[in-house]
Amino acid sequence: MTITFRSETFREDFTFRNSLYNIRRFPFPFDRDEYMYSVNMEPHVRARKDSVFENLIDVDEHYVAEMQDRAMVLKEDPLRCQALPHMMAAQWDTLELLMEHQAQDYPEHFTLEKNGDRWRWINRPMGIDDTFTFGDAATLPYPPMEYITRQAQGDFCIVDQRDNNLWMDAGMVTTQADWSLDFDIGMNFMEWHGPVPLAHQIGVFDRALKFLLNLQQGKPTRRLNWTMTVNPRLDTSPENYHKWGPDRTTVTPENVGQKMHLRVELQSLWRLPRSNAILFVIRCYLISLEELVTVPKWARRLPRVLASLPPEIVDYKGLTRNRPIMIDWLSKYDDGSPTSAGIYPD
Amino acid sequence: MLVQGIKSRPEYKGLNVEPHAKRHLFVIEGEGAAALTDQVEAKGRDFLDRSEILYLAGGAAPKAYDVALTALSPDVFWQAPTLQPLLFRLRACLEQARMGTRLYIAGTEGFIGQVMQVALEFGIDFNSIHTEHRGSTARRVQCVHCKGITDNVTTSSFACTHCGLPLLVRDHYSRRLGAFQGVNIDAEEPGTAPAPEEIFP
Repeated sequence: MTITFRSETFREDFTFRNSLYNIRRFPFPFDRDEYMYSVNMEPHVRARKDSVFENLIDVDEHYVAEMQDRAMVLKEDPLRCQALPHMMAAQWDTLELLMEHQAQDYPEHFTLEKNGDRWRWINRPMGIDDTFTFGDAATLPYPPMEYITRQAQGDFCIVDQRDNNLWMDAGMVTTQADWSLDFDIGMNFMEWHGPVPLAHQIGVFDRALKFLLNLQQGKPTRRLNWTMTVNPRLDTSPENYHKWGPDRTTVTPENVGQKMHLRVELQSLWRLPRSNAILFVIRCYLISLEELVTVPKWARRLPRVLASLPPEIVDYKGLTRNRPIMIDWLSKYDDGSPTSAGIYPD
Repeated sequence: MLVQGIKSRPEYKGLNVEPHAKRHLFVIEGEGAAALTDQVEAKGRDFLDRSEILYLAGGAAPKAYDVALTALSPDVFWQAPTLQPLLFRLRACLEQARMGTRLYIAGTEGFIGQVMQVALEFGIDFNSIHTEHRGSTARRVQCVHCKGITDNVTTSSFACTHCGLPLLVRDHYSRRLGAFQGVNIDAEEPGTAPAPEEIFP
């Protein structure tokens, strides 16, 4: 299927919108009417057509605009893309994985030709046609991870595995929910999750780490995470918090439907073949409340979930100020009927 | 007391001289001197003739710990006037260090962090380094916005000495930077920062 890429912005005039088709395929993260942290991992396998799980590396109508936004972020702050020196093999692993998946699942848009180590990569939406030698970084215009992640939606972290732990040793992070790669690079799994409340105490990270240390090649895994963002802004980094923080005071009962967005991360984790590192893909999807309530099941469920949150999670996700406005507005769409199990629209 | 339970913060388990090490390198700041003299009391003086002490008096200069350390008669005692020459000398020591050398760091957290950074550059496993926190609980903080580092922060909030934004000191620590993270405290409503409160005396 040929995707029609939208021309839109994630800053200043915020022209980002979802098409009707894209709304229906949004990865709504709540499979029931309440929420708590859990090790909610499942095999990352293809699921139903016209969902974001149709392909394992999802490309959608926002692809070109997201890549333009990433390029802008990197011009302002090159530290959003960093790799420690021992991660070069993992960088090539990442390039191979993303090129192969994009070319295989979107042949109208991407082509990968391999002739031994001589590879040709064609990215039609971005007008790229490069020939390079796999394994020789000097033949690419950027280091391999940066090269391919400037052409793939989502943030990317490559974590090294040693000493029975995982280490955040490389990443391209420009669409993050308020964490800093520059600060966290080099940290282990427990350290980079340090600021998350509650989950440490209930053992979520111990179990998740144990699980991930045993991740096998060819058997990626996934989970959904979520927060809320005012305006469809991809770059909600701590670096720029003083620039986007004031947005939170602009929400009113009149504009909450357009301004407030559910921000969902589809996190997928892949064992890499040469380096034995893990590629951690954090793909961000945004949907305004107005768009979301066009799906009646989601419109009923979201206010119930928001009302059920423990105060620590409300605080950590930055929802304190606007939660009551959201619940009030959304409750108009909740007639109290039961909701069906699972995340998909009825 | 240090705040407990910060997952990203190193644990400072205390100096514990390893009797079989061929060489001991102590990098000490101010009150950290007492961590070493306590070890001499506990373990005896045998290790001192294989020991090199790099010392920075810092805020503890009036307490004359340098006299006490000299009196231990280590193989080498060297005192730095400020941190920069201390780190320069430390690099020289590590360039020449042989197998069987143990590294011990004692002092304030900011000092430990900066010495640790140098040690990590030399490929020393941080788990093998003995550390003991002594003296002030002041924090070294990196502003997440301008990336400038401010030493000896005793209050939260505090004004970044580089960009001036009022910062909240988060309980999140980077070993690579040797610093806590500072995040603008009144980003949502500029001008509403609470008055600084001394919480890291």
